[in-house]
Amino acid sequence: MNKKKSLAENAKFVSILASLISILVGLLLGFILLLILKPSDALGGMQAMLGTGFSSLDKFGKVMYQAAPLMLCGLSVGFAFKTGLFNIGASGQYTMGAFFALIGAIVLQLPWWACLLLSLLGGAIWGVFPGLFKALFNVNEVITSIMFNWIAMFLVNLLIANIPVMLASAWGASNSDRTAALASANPGAIIPKGGLDAVFGNSSWVNISVFITIVVAVIMWFVLEKTTFGYELKACGLNKDASAYAGINAKRNIVTSMIIAGALSGLGGGTYYLAGTIQYVLEKSILGMGFNGIPVALLASSNPIGTIFSALFISYIQVGGAAMQPSFSSESTNIIISVIIYLAAFALLIRGSIQKLLSRKKAKEAES
Amino acid sequence: MIILANIISLTIVFAVPLMLVALGGMYSEHSGVINIALEGIMVIGALCACFVLNAFDKSGMGKVHPQLAMLIAILVAGVSGMAFSVLLAFAAINLKADQTIGGTALNIFAPSFAVVLTWAIQGQGQTTIQIPSWIRITQETFGLEKGGNTFFNALIFKYFYLTTPIAVILFIAAWMLLYKTRFGLRLRACGEHPQAADSVGINVYKMRYAGVLISGFLGGIGGIAYTIAVGSGFASSVGGYGFLALAVMIFGNWKPVPILGSAVFFALFKVIAAYNSSIPFLPKLDNIKDKSSLYQMLPYIVTMIVLIFTSKKSKAPKAEGIPYDKGSR
Repeated sequence: MNKKKSLAENAKFVSILASLISILVGLLLGFILLLILKPSDALGGMQAMLGTGFSSLDKFGKVMYQAAPLMLCGLSVGFAFKTGLFNIGASGQYTMGAFFALIGAIVLQLPWWACLLLSLLGGAIWGVFPGLFKALFNVNEVITSIMFNWIAMFLVNLLIANIPVMLASAWGASNSDRTAALASANPGAIIPKGGLDAVFGNSSWVNISVFITIVVAVIMWFVLEKTTFGYELKACGLNKDASAYAGINAKRNIVTSMIIAGALSGLGGGTYYLAGTIQYVLEKSILGMGFNGIPVALLASSNPIGTIFSALFISYIQVGGAAMQPSFSSESTNIIISVIIYLAAFALLIRGSIQKLLSRKKAKEAES
Repeated sequence: MIILANIISLTIVFAVPLMLVALGGMYSEHSGVINIALEGIMVIGALCACFVLNAFDKSGMGKVHPQLAMLIAILVAGVSGMAFSVLLAFAAINLKADQTIGGTALNIFAPSFAVVLTWAIQGQGQTTIQIPSWIRITQETFGLEKGGNTFFNALIFKYFYLTTPIAVILFIAAWMLLYKTRFGLRLRACGEHPQAADSVGINVYKMRYAGVLISGFLGGIGGIAYTIAVGSGFASSVGGYGFLALAVMIFGNWKPVPILGSAVFFALFKVIAAYNSSIPFLPKLDNIKDKSSLYQMLPYIVTMIVLIFTSKKSKAPKAEGIPYDKGSR
């Protein structure tokens, strides 16, 4: 009994180690790139990226603020991973969630919590499509998700442009390329700060969304680890045929899993745009937040509790990345993120082979 | 009539990158590797080609031999796209990593790298690389006199770049290579049933490398073709055309000739989105604002509807996305 436990712990240890290694390699490669581009500023750039988040309470408040949507997108991608699906559509679901939340806030004049519930709904609706296409027509969810990312962006642009009351120009501002500022349209829709602004030195960023998100993460952990439903979802992810043989309805599970994943990303969109600091600008390209959910989930090996920490880390280096300007573009952070994803693609493999090794050992022990 | 000529020539110039990149995706998928990274490959190709074009512009060679300079830039785009695609091939083939995750990493890397590099080279905030104006093929290129704004002049010369004839050649070459050579047959076998291919002595790993590298080459050229079509310089992005090319490939059912047709179809929507107010026979839809979003959204929706009807008899390579493991034969 004792031995088995140590093996399981070993696997967890290995995956955390793999994540830490990929972060280190990512940072190192990023540093080398900066060195090649501008040797004199490289060290300062890295210091800005790694030091800014803790440099002031205001910056740390921003880290917390951005961590909430990142965490939710990470939970979304991770939840789909557990069911064997790659939810590259977090971006579209996030966009839809943001749109539903803003409709609730500006057009329907609802309070903030009702807007957050609407964002859940918006994301869930956008998650239905990849799930249904996979379950009914056996279309790869990656393809459907990519197409629906673009459909979401164009559709939201089209709808916002055609609902005049949504635009900032309807609320006393001059610009019509973005949604109204919540402070003038509906202050009640802004997620409350819960006294955190006092703690964080009057930071305009921080609000209670990061705590809501942590609660959601714990709920997701409970669903996946402690309920029959979560067990069935994971079984589908590990082996679709075996779970079908065991009487689990795989098709229904694919659709529910995508709906839940979509709802999580949608909530992410809600938390980001209901903070009252950022307005939705009519976009020309897909929002990056959903894509950043992918490294968050990969670093945490899809574990909901791990997601809390990996989202804080990604948010931390993003806030730092913005401080690298003007010597370097803030996109430098994305290079590091992409290296982390690239390495994580193997990390999954390495973890898989370690697990295989462990199970082989177990089988041998059982034989002898 | 001039507007019709403009629409036709614009459609062609936008269909070129879509077709090239979709053909690239087709090669990769026929070898058994899903290439989500097309978007990133296009960005890298366009980035390198733009630097080359600017170097020629500065050295003065561009103005003397514009089309030779352009040809070199196109080759550079192809080779750099190919080099970048090695990263995908290595992850997907040697390390048997998840192909979509690896591709996503490259898609995030490429535009960030392009921004960081142009920022570092051109200075703070200067993230657009201008394209020199001499690259366009004009009447003078053929020693003709500059004609007036007639139908045929607008049709042929208004948006005529070297990428268009090269795309025609590459299309024919891609079709021949896939269907008329031993290599093409073997490549397709690796995407359908790699175990069977391996059992008759085909090196599946090599074939998959070839498929991904060809897609990198075509994707890179598609990147510069897109940048030229847009005409406002390279701003570290190809506007989602890599993903749109995936839709073109699916819509074209993984076959060259239907891919050509669907590239033209998708490009037409793009042009309509940009010019809908000046096209006389379109419904006016005066009550709707931001109509371009509507037209740009339509190709994606059409693709999804087509997928519903064709998924049962889809010609998608059967083994795509599954890493080939010799041991599992």
